[in-house]
Amino acid sequence: MKKYDSSRRKFMQISIATSTMLLIPRAGFSQTQNHNEMYVPQFFNQEEWNFICAITDQLIPEDELGGGAIAAGVPEFIDRQMLTDYGTGALFYMSGPYHIDALPTLGYQEQYAPNELYQHAIAQINHYLQQKYQKQFPDLDAETQILVMKELEAGTIPLQGISSSTTFFNLLWKNTQEGFFSDPKYGGNKQMMGWKLLGFPGARADFMDFVDKPGKPYPYGPVNLAGKRG
Amino acid sequence: MLTKKAQKTMPKTDVVVIGLGWTGAIMSKELVDAGLKVVALERGDHRPTSEGAAYPGIADELSHVQRFRLFQRMKNSTVTIRYNDESEAVPYRQLGSFYLGEHVGGCGFHWNGMTWRALPEDLQIRSKYIEKYGEDFIPKESTIQDYPVTYEELEPHFEMFENVCGTSGQAGNLNGKIIEGGNPFESPRANDYPNEPLKTLYSGNIFKNAAKKLGLHPFPIPASNASKPFTNPYGVRLGPCNYCGFCEDFGCYMYSKASPQTTILPALIPDPNFELRTQSEVIKINTNDAKDRATGVTYVDKNGDLVFQPADMVLLCAFQIHNVRLLLVSKIGEPYNPQTGNGVVGKNFAYQYNTSATIYLKEGAINNPFIGAGASGTVIDDFNGLNFDHREGNFIGGAYIAATNTGGRPIAQTHTAPGTPNWGAGWKQGKKEGYQRTISLNAEGSVLSYKDAYIDLDPTYTDRFGIPLARMTFNWHDNEYRQGDYMAKQLTKICEAMENVESFSVQKITGDWDTRNYQSTHITGGAITGDSPKNSVVNKYLQSWDIPNLFIYGASAFPQNLSYNPTGLVGALAYHSAKAIKERYLSNPGPLVK
Repeated sequence: MKKYDSSRRKFMQISIATSTMLLIPRAGFSQTQNHNEMYVPQFFNQEEWNFICAITDQLIPEDELGGGAIAAGVPEFIDRQMLTDYGTGALFYMSGPYHIDALPTLGYQEQYAPNELYQHAIAQINHYLQQKYQKQFPDLDAETQILVMKELEAGTIPLQGISSSTTFFNLLWKNTQEGFFSDPKYGGNKQMMGWKLLGFPGARADFMDFVDKPGKPYPYGPVNLAGKRG
Repeated sequence: MLTKKAQKTMPKTDVVVIGLGWTGAIMSKELVDAGLKVVALERGDHRPTSEGAAYPGIADELSHVQRFRLFQRMKNSTVTIRYNDESEAVPYRQLGSFYLGEHVGGCGFHWNGMTWRALPEDLQIRSKYIEKYGEDFIPKESTIQDYPVTYEELEPHFEMFENVCGTSGQAGNLNGKIIEGGNPFESPRANDYPNEPLKTLYSGNIFKNAAKKLGLHPFPIPASNASKPFTNPYGVRLGPCNYCGFCEDFGCYMYSKASPQTTILPALIPDPNFELRTQSEVIKINTNDAKDRATGVTYVDKNGDLVFQPADMVLLCAFQIHNVRLLLVSKIGEPYNPQTGNGVVGKNFAYQYNTSATIYLKEGAINNPFIGAGASGTVIDDFNGLNFDHREGNFIGGAYIAATNTGGRPIAQTHTAPGTPNWGAGWKQGKKEGYQRTISLNAEGSVLSYKDAYIDLDPTYTDRFGIPLARMTFNWHDNEYRQGDYMAKQLTKICEAMENVESFSVQKITGDWDTRNYQSTHITGGAITGDSPKNSVVNKYLQSWDIPNLFIYGASAFPQNLSYNPTGLVGALAYHSAKAIKERYLSNPGPLVK
């Protein structure tokens, strides 16, 4: 695969890591040109926010196909989700006793709602990295960040009170994809860039006149729930 | 809560219905039409199409699929799960492998619409397999048993349910005459489907050609999505399916996919003999001291008050697992004991076993996966029921194999190209390529019932009222693993015969039941039907053996799980029961089977 020139992205990453509560839009990129509002996280503190921005940027990086998690507003999406019934655990059965050592195939057995899981996991991961590298996640170089993410995914970073770092990684990756592909009303998928990447027509939801044309490219771009065209 | 005395008693009614999903709606309508007063108690909210499925809000994958908008709030109640008797069960804290419904319409509001008639051998599994293969062919640990009702008896009731749903399909066997393009293995039908089949989609065409090349028999999936405007026997009008791609997990804004909302409730709710009370959760079926008569039900109303509703007949129409739990907490019938094999309530819990193939098409293929419906697809029945020789695979049961396009929704329904990293650089490229070029096949398989697969009450975990949760003890058995091996071979042959394929992979279940990944909501058993009180909870009319004025509907009646989606059989069994109640029970209330 052709190596993508990531110098602009690097600049962006640094801006995130050093900015105070601001998500700075990248000037000159058509996908983000009109997105000038600055999002102030409502749930995450600064350390958590920096972590989310840096790690989602690695999960879905910007490349020749267009913007990644940052341009799509994935961190904003995740932050907003933390205060919903989902984030606060109201969609989960959250009564004890808890058996966090149960077999993974028996599903989510954490004693924490998703938003608490984020808080506990991020603090512990940064603490672990501080001891190992004398840096927090956002300050590591890209290669080390990816190495750490692979360890998180494999479950080898010890987290107290959480079944496994895999559980946290899977939750984060799931939420990241949700933020990249859900309707823009939730704060992510800005300019419907996730849908445009795939060719998904969004909320059109009426293919009566196209069902008889198998194998033909669908001619219309996406619309969102607000009725806006992408 | 269970031992508290009700604060309020309502006026007595002829019939009280617990849960207003498919069977609650069918039975309410049939009995109101017979002149009875019916009160339906629904723990969730009323959710007409105009509110629960309005466009464009319905076209929202995040809220419906990822955040379970239409399903049970797990916070309030769930089940616990363990793999065997020796281990401790843990709560099913988040919906995964199967979804539990809530609200008016129940799972019938957000199902896919696949509407099958059972094969004769699905209903007489033990005797038909013994007849063909001998007694030794049945695994020793299996507790499969015949239904006490035959296909021939249910035929008119399957037809009634299809007519109510406006089911779209192609008959394969009309009164014994095999019809080209339909399912040649289906049991004889008196009449064709009420609507012509849905259109064949891109993936269905590729699958169809490959299946034909192999001498198999592809046909359109019978779909309760009206393929054209349709008026059903209750005078309710359905709109035509527009292939919007938002079926399963969603209500149908087109009024096309059959649900109680689109087929029955508009004719039922205005009836002065019918009353619906929402946010009314039944916690107990009350009985007399002799435990041979139900006196009514106790429920918690929307204010949190405990209310007694007296009734002459009690119809238990909640979802499978809720039916079983309500019997157990109400102490009706003898709970099943896996050590002795005695007792019947909770016995024969079963599920479904799926095998699948993911096919990556050549560059330039355009599947347009967003054009679809939950039940729009092409299917073969060649490896289901007794339609093939089971000696090669050495297992009982079977699977249908289908290619469906259900909607290509980007969060949960997209694949990546083979070799794509799980995340990071290269993931986007793989996602983009995989979107249009991937199709998949699914072999939805039957599951036998077993001595060690059952439902009882959990000793530790409770719901929001402090009532014990139902506990599932279940895992796969060797018979199903062998089914997976056999279906994987068939899927491989089909994939190899397909045109335009760059690569494919076949997935079969190994190891433990994985409760995290959605498989199907087709959980069955626990209040099974049979020919004697020794082997079953209900008789052929779904009437409790112990309590003749209690009837129990839904897939809890299945003695084992068939390959087919259960709703067609659930509907037919309800209409079969309704006929017996109207024609025999009402004039002489008592056991319908002596």
